Amino acid sequence: MASTTADALANPLIRLTDLTLGYRRHPAVHHLSGGFREGSLTAVVGPNGAGKSTLLKAIVGALRPLDGRVTLHGLTAADIAYLPQQAGIERDFPIDVLDTVLLGHWRRVGLFRSIGPALTRQAGEALAAVGLSGFKRRPIAALSAGQFQRVLFARLLLQDARLILLDEPFTAIDARTTADLLEVVRRWHGERRTVVAVLHDLEQVRSHFPETLLLAREPVAWDRTADALAPANLARARAMAESWDDKAALCRRSAP
Amino acid sequence: MTLYDFAAAPFLEFGFMRRALAACLALSLGCGPVGVLLVLRRMSLMGDAMSHAVLPGAAIGFLAAGLSLWAMSIGGFLAGLAVALLAGLVSRVTALREDASFAAFYLISLAGGVLIVSLRGSNVDLMHVLFGTILAVDDAGLLLVAGIATVTLLTLALLYRPLVVECFDPGFLRAVGGAGGRLGALCHLVFLVLVVLNLVGGFQALGTLMAVGLMMLPAASARFWAEGIATLALTAMALAFAAGIGGLLLSFHLNLPSGPSIVLVAGAGYLLSLALGPVGSLRTRWFPGRHLEA
Repeated sequence: MASTTADALANPLIRLTDLTLGYRRHPAVHHLSGGFREGSLTAVVGPNGAGKSTLLKAIVGALRPLDGRVTLHGLTAADIAYLPQQAGIERDFPIDVLDTVLLGHWRRVGLFRSIGPALTRQAGEALAAVGLSGFKRRPIAALSAGQFQRVLFARLLLQDARLILLDEPFTAIDARTTADLLEVVRRWHGERRTVVAVLHDLEQVRSHFPETLLLAREPVAWDRTADALAPANLARARAMAESWDDKAALCRRSAP
Repeated sequence: MTLYDFAAAPFLEFGFMRRALAACLALSLGCGPVGVLLVLRRMSLMGDAMSHAVLPGAAIGFLAAGLSLWAMSIGGFLAGLAVALLAGLVSRVTALREDASFAAFYLISLAGGVLIVSLRGSNVDLMHVLFGTILAVDDAGLLLVAGIATVTLLTLALLYRPLVVECFDPGFLRAVGGAGGRLGALCHLVFLVLVVLNLVGGFQALGTLMAVGLMMLPAASARFWAEGIATLALTAMALAFAAGIGGLLLSFHLNLPSGPSIVLVAGAGYLLSLALGPVGSLRTRWFPGRHLEA
């Protein structure tokens, strides 16, 4: 694996050491090593079933590695904000947009502390940043998929996390919403937050994401975007076998 | 018969009717919000299962101490809690989903309860356990129901935020909630205890099979009147209390058993809400009114 960026990491924020992740002992991510630098903006790209979402789940700690490990340096669970692909959110729940966004303050207010005017104003600013100023009292059941994604981004804004993990945040979202939300991502990058996003649109990745991890179960490339998405790498990623082999033998590959 | 004779006189003239009214008020205060949360968590049928699960505990209490309120309530509470915990445990450690394991355990529990009652008690006792006796609620029963309502409201006030978030976006609560991501599971557990407590409270007044009626019917009806969680809970309380008053009057004047009367009035309230309520009812579906400008 040609990986200048990953190898040059002296002190990454997240280090992956010979990480193998999977379900029922079948690997979905196989022997991945490398790291995400503090303040980096990385796209994770690859075919369906390549282990992209699985990798994010392992970073937040929702999935135990089959082998190897994820090490967070100076990060606690509290510093991570994670937007899953299929957030198990009850969309007809009787809650309005403002209350949903205010959940982003959870760490500051917890179970009992009141949400004062300052925190409410911040929520209003977050809504304005994602272009939903007039929607505060709208029930979330009345929002379109794109508007709801904007609401979730506003909530991420309030979470004020050092590490932000986005799993296919722009799927089924129109061009204008995508552009607005990419602007939010750029702002996070400017604030030296570390952002890792699973994406499919390679043009989008090339124009907005400086670094790319190309996964096809095996890591194919982890590098500056232009190098990682070179035609040869993309061809290798496409050749990945998607189905797993029921009679696969035990993996004998040792840690590097 | 004047309105006074119909609606006020029974409560003013008879102590047992006043007690029953107070018991209904207490039940409504506790069952209303618990039912709303059950509906929001898509656990409406879980309440039903739990109400059946309470039976063997109550029956064992009955065998041990006769028709003693405390023995039957404690027995019922323990049986309901055991079913809730076992079902939750099975769904966490095996592949079986929680609703399926609930169904399995409550059926075992119900069959055990019916067996115990029919082996040792007379049919009159069985009717008593199944259909309740709100018109015979004594001071101890009233204290029990009021105590349960108090505990329920205080606990809900304490756990309001995590409970609501656990319904709305459990993944988010797992990520930010603290307690090692177990805050959601903890809230779920406490909530199930509240469900069992309220069913035990309703059980001596309305009977095991009817107790869940005062919990679910007003909560389901409230969905047609209100859109926020707090307003849903208040609406459910009001509807439950109204059903209590209506059912008591019906059973008083027509000499009907009180438990089914109360639940049937709550059912009538549900049908009316379904037809006429302002939020998502048949009326708004069939006569939506002209669309707005923006």
